[in-house]
Amino acid sequence: MAVILDRRTLLAGAGATAALPHLDARALAADPLKVGFLYVGPVGDFGYTHAHDVARKKTQDFYGDKIKTNYVENVPEGPDAERVLRQLAQEGNALIFATSFGFMNATAKVAKALPKVYFEHATGYMRGPNLATYNARFYEGRAVIGTIAGMMSKTGVGGYVASFPIPEVVMGINCFMLAARKVNPKFQTKVLWLSTWYDPAKEADAAKALADQGADIITQHTDSPAPLQVCEQKGLYGFGQASDMSSIAPKAHLTAIVDNWAPYYIGRVKAVMDGTWKTGDTWWGLKQDTVQIAPYNAAMPDNVKKAADEVKNAIIAGTLHPVTGPVTDNKGTQRLKDGEKATDEMLEKMDWYVEGVQS
Amino acid sequence: MSLDIAISVVMTLVIAATPILLAGLGELVAEKSGVLNLGVEGMMLVGAVAGFISASLTGFTPLGYAVAGLAGLCASLLFAALALTLGANQVATGLALTIFGTGLSSLAGAGFVGTTITRLPALFPPALAGHPILRLVFGYDVIVYLSVALTLAATWFLNHTRSGLILRSVGESDASAHAIGYPVTAIRYLAVAFGGALAGLAGAYYSLAVTPMWADRITAGRGWIALALVVFSSWRPWRLLLGAYIFGAVMTLELYSKAAGFALLPPEMLAMLPYLATVVALAVIAMRPSRGRLDAPRCLGKTFRAGA
Repeated sequence: MAVILDRRTLLAGAGATAALPHLDARALAADPLKVGFLYVGPVGDFGYTHAHDVARKKTQDFYGDKIKTNYVENVPEGPDAERVLRQLAQEGNALIFATSFGFMNATAKVAKALPKVYFEHATGYMRGPNLATYNARFYEGRAVIGTIAGMMSKTGVGGYVASFPIPEVVMGINCFMLAARKVNPKFQTKVLWLSTWYDPAKEADAAKALADQGADIITQHTDSPAPLQVCEQKGLYGFGQASDMSSIAPKAHLTAIVDNWAPYYIGRVKAVMDGTWKTGDTWWGLKQDTVQIAPYNAAMPDNVKKAADEVKNAIIAGTLHPVTGPVTDNKGTQRLKDGEKATDEMLEKMDWYVEGVQS
Repeated sequence: MSLDIAISVVMTLVIAATPILLAGLGELVAEKSGVLNLGVEGMMLVGAVAGFISASLTGFTPLGYAVAGLAGLCASLLFAALALTLGANQVATGLALTIFGTGLSSLAGAGFVGTTITRLPALFPPALAGHPILRLVFGYDVIVYLSVALTLAATWFLNHTRSGLILRSVGESDASAHAIGYPVTAIRYLAVAFGGALAGLAGAYYSLAVTPMWADRITAGRGWIALALVVFSSWRPWRLLLGAYIFGAVMTLELYSKAAGFALLPPEMLAMLPYLATVVALAVIAMRPSRGRLDAPRCLGKTFRAGA
């Protein structure tokens, strides 16, 4: 049984619950375990937040009556998140997932103040005794779609609709480019920064601008399916972001990097139930099925499918790291020597672009 | 820049400008009657979702626009009932309408996320609409031409008709208009309803034409830009058209220039441009010695009570 909350009903409820003594959910053994989720966008974005909510529903279905999940959507990153987190905790959520980078400081603060509640923060780096972090190796998926882009593009120019130049996005661009260059050494990637995660009209215009500048395959690190729709209209190819978006662009959608948070959420809920929850940092990828590659479009030739699968399987087997030297950045500085692999630390701080990226 | 790309830039900017122009035009007429309705974004979203749902269920896109206009109108009547009949604060009621419209559209559209519909075709036959150069003028759907026609109509109505004069008089001095026998509240109802219908249509232009799909908050704050442009235009329809096209041009050119490998402005600047432009325009207008004020209707935002 899921309860839908938004910030306003939560506010309205604040007065009522504040009068009650604080009850630790675990003290009431017969009651279902309450698990809260904090989302940065709307569950209907069909992208990042949508993927988190799909995982929440899967977790709910997996445990049935044993747990009760709640979520609050459209929570602004920053100080407002703190209030919502406290409210979720006060309502008895024993485990709370804060699913966006910008919730980090608020989550760290609330976790310190409420040591009996378990917090999980996605994509961040602040941890504590009751605050764990988790992320997914989306860049592994970028290597797979980069391979496809390199083989499918006729002009040798890829377009990249991007949000903010944070390491998460930068490492995706670099992995896409490195993989594309492996199959087409002359491949170029044009990146357009939009300063937003979500603005369908702007994302669509960006895709149009990239297409008019010769890009015949477009990928994105923003959350709406609008760029794909432009590809469909113009007869180009593109990739889904966070969810399988083939319903929006059946011809253009070659595949998608699908976020599958369910295994992690299910595991963490179990840890709380068993009393084995521990803090830590989890960074799962293709191997753990947290990052999935959506079914390939039938229009993709067999040799492309095969090459994409090879990259995917090699990453799963651990024989291929998407960022392996020699790697030179787009200003000519060598960043990795021949055969050298990028460390997680390097990826998490990445602020340079590989050769061939025009940003 | 080759001719082909130049034409593509212009066409993209026209499409980007059209919904903002529509929403702005509706708000301009409402504000001319003295009503400040900050619910533009909410009415746009209500129109966007109603239009998408009806187009999606019937497969008939024109119906989507009709329903969207109607839905926006209904949403604006809610505002009018609260702010005009009951005399609630217009700013607060307008903001509430935006919040309500956002939530309602998200709820109503939940089952339609990830679906798509077919766009309206270009108004003119393919020989014109698909022509490599003539498409610059003939390559749009009917809504684009409608938005320009409505701008002309609004100019004519406000400045050259008796009804327009009455509407303006209500906005300039509600007490005087009332004293000489005009039904102030009824006139404002009509102006607000017109604004709501156009906002609904504008919202539907996003969900049915710009990005024909349903996704939450699909207008992404364009309602606020429309509101800013009304001030920028100093309440003149043709200047609003100019403002909307300049806005569209700046957004589009920026994307194209960056895709071509040079950036005029950092992306953060780009995001604040429409608001910055409004501030600059306000400053410039205020500095003109001949006009001490910003041409704002004098009763803008004031609650009117007969006999008060």
